[in-house]
Amino acid sequence: MKLTTATPVAKAERTGWTGYILMVPGVIWLLLFFVIPFYSLVATSLYDPNGSTYAGYQMTWAFGNYPDALAKYWQPLVRSLVYGGVATFICLLLGYVLAYSIAFKAGRWKNLMLVLVIAPFFTSFLVRTLSWKLLLRDDGFFVNFLQFLHILGPDGRLLATPVAVVAGLVYNFLPFMVLPLFASIDKIDHRLIEAASDLYASPIRGFFKVTWPLSLPGVVSGTLLTFIPAAGDYINAQLLGSPQQRMVGNVIQNLFTDANDYPAAAALSMMLMLLILVMVLFYVRRSGTEDLL
Amino acid sequence: MSQVAENTGVRRTGSAGDGLRLVSLTKEFANFTAVKSIDLHVPTGSFFALLGPSGCGKTTTLRMVAGLETPTSGQILLGDKDITFEKPYRRPVNTVFQNYALFPHLDIYENVAFGLRRRKAGNVDSEVKEMLELVELTSQARKKPAQLSGGQQQRVALARALINQPEVLLLDEPLGALDLKLRRAMQIEIKRIQTEVGLTFVHVTHDQEEAMTMADTIAVMNQGVIEQMGAPADLYENPKTTFVANFLGQSNLIEGTVKGRDGDFVKVDMHGTLASIPLSRSHTTDGGSDGLGWVGIRPEKVLIADVGEDIDAPGNSIPGGIVTDVSFVGVSTQYLVRMPWGQEMQVFEQNTGRRRIFNTGESVDLSWRPEYAFLLDHSQDADAGVDVVAAP
Repeated sequence: MKLTTATPVAKAERTGWTGYILMVPGVIWLLLFFVIPFYSLVATSLYDPNGSTYAGYQMTWAFGNYPDALAKYWQPLVRSLVYGGVATFICLLLGYVLAYSIAFKAGRWKNLMLVLVIAPFFTSFLVRTLSWKLLLRDDGFFVNFLQFLHILGPDGRLLATPVAVVAGLVYNFLPFMVLPLFASIDKIDHRLIEAASDLYASPIRGFFKVTWPLSLPGVVSGTLLTFIPAAGDYINAQLLGSPQQRMVGNVIQNLFTDANDYPAAAALSMMLMLLILVMVLFYVRRSGTEDLL
Repeated sequence: MSQVAENTGVRRTGSAGDGLRLVSLTKEFANFTAVKSIDLHVPTGSFFALLGPSGCGKTTTLRMVAGLETPTSGQILLGDKDITFEKPYRRPVNTVFQNYALFPHLDIYENVAFGLRRRKAGNVDSEVKEMLELVELTSQARKKPAQLSGGQQQRVALARALINQPEVLLLDEPLGALDLKLRRAMQIEIKRIQTEVGLTFVHVTHDQEEAMTMADTIAVMNQGVIEQMGAPADLYENPKTTFVANFLGQSNLIEGTVKGRDGDFVKVDMHGTLASIPLSRSHTTDGGSDGLGWVGIRPEKVLIADVGEDIDAPGNSIPGGIVTDVSFVGVSTQYLVRMPWGQEMQVFEQNTGRRRIFNTGESVDLSWRPEYAFLLDHSQDADAGVDVVAAP
């Protein structure tokens, strides 16, 4: 990997400033649409929570917003991380098998199968989640079937349960897992797997010693792309869950749009972001894939 | 077409249940047959080369021995054991892959230790260190494969396979990716290691020089069959087919009318000159249905002289040659000589300094010692194996 990157770096050094000029549009875009709103979010999280009828909200370095919001909303915050984590794990299991089959076994159907993975994106996120609501409805086919199998009790339901919310998250974010996994697994040289088998590794051991470590970059980017939006999602909890499945996204949305408690909403957003950032850094460090990313 | 390997040049030869044995091994793919019922025997401890142009079936044969390809029919025997359908990871056979296939996520040490660890062998550490020493990579042990040069990667691939002490080591064009100078050095290196460890090596290559330098026995493969098998010198000096004559070095093939056997020789009328070919080197004695044959002679065996000059060869010299091209290549001079019947013959002469170098347009006589000529079946294509591009 180091050898292959050596040449482009040398070239960039020779051409000097071209690289910086090419960065300008991106930098302007990020300045306008990331740095400024982000500053505004940080500032909002430090507003005087009571405001004044006269001057409106004011920036008063009210750090108390953070412990207040945490004390009030720690449950949805933790729930978000748990639901996001469980959904990501299930996505990884389902997605790895799918990506592996597409990469190694699909042959000439490879491209078609990839299109099918992305196909749900052609319809709206909202419509897809609403259709899950129909699928999982009380007295619907699934519920009746599970009741028939006695997996669900006679009064059991799927809608408004954690199962429904996590299932919705898994369904909606699976493509984000499959695509990076596919990209990583597809790149693996088949001869390496043959070499492992030639060197006395059974198919299962060969998988864990060669295929899995070489697909780690895909695993890491796939889990990040799934976990980050899943932990911040509120549509699934809103449509498929009940107030007992409220995630932090729902709380933030509610605080911003209905309760008009901007400082608490902003403080919660910041905490969610910091939590995810810390977890991601820890995770990437642990998986030892910094140089693979 | 199948023969059993001759024992010439093989250091250790064994009984019937010894070494690697392929019995009418065949591999058919959806639209072609890669390997057509080949039989061969590789004695324990020998260095065996499968030589042929790309697409001749040599790599497929190797992959079947490694277990990476399932034969359509036939048998693979290792000692007394039938391993035809044994899983690759259960065969005492290891491969040095064409592009090395080193594990990029493991360092050199772990690459070499891979096979031992999978088999849960003891004293991994001392064995890996010993092996790294053998291939002179001790100081690189903690580097990743991508940080090494091509030649070093090649040695890692060799060490990774050798450390398992396989009954047969398979080398699939192991030197194909190296430049010429490094390739020569590695040829000697691999040969040295083979002599040192005494394992059976089966080497697949398209490079005839490489095969001749390294192997005890060569099997020349073409279009899925073994054309000829034997010690390098035997193959070179006494090829049995036009393909072997052309693929292994270069040959002049001259059409002639077979006059029949005369004692230990076969007489051939070669455009008016009578040539005698030793019976042991005649692969046709009657010329078949059309009574014709190909008289073969290697360019360096052809003697060139001024018209009427006494040539150091018994028998007839062939008059009427005209030099059409002269290439001075240092150790030798290579001539093209147009013969009266229109054919251009290649003549290589050593630059000993005792004889002068001829010029383009000069008239010359050619001759050779009869014991160096060979006679081939005329039904074969005289150009077989000439322009086979030696692509890996």
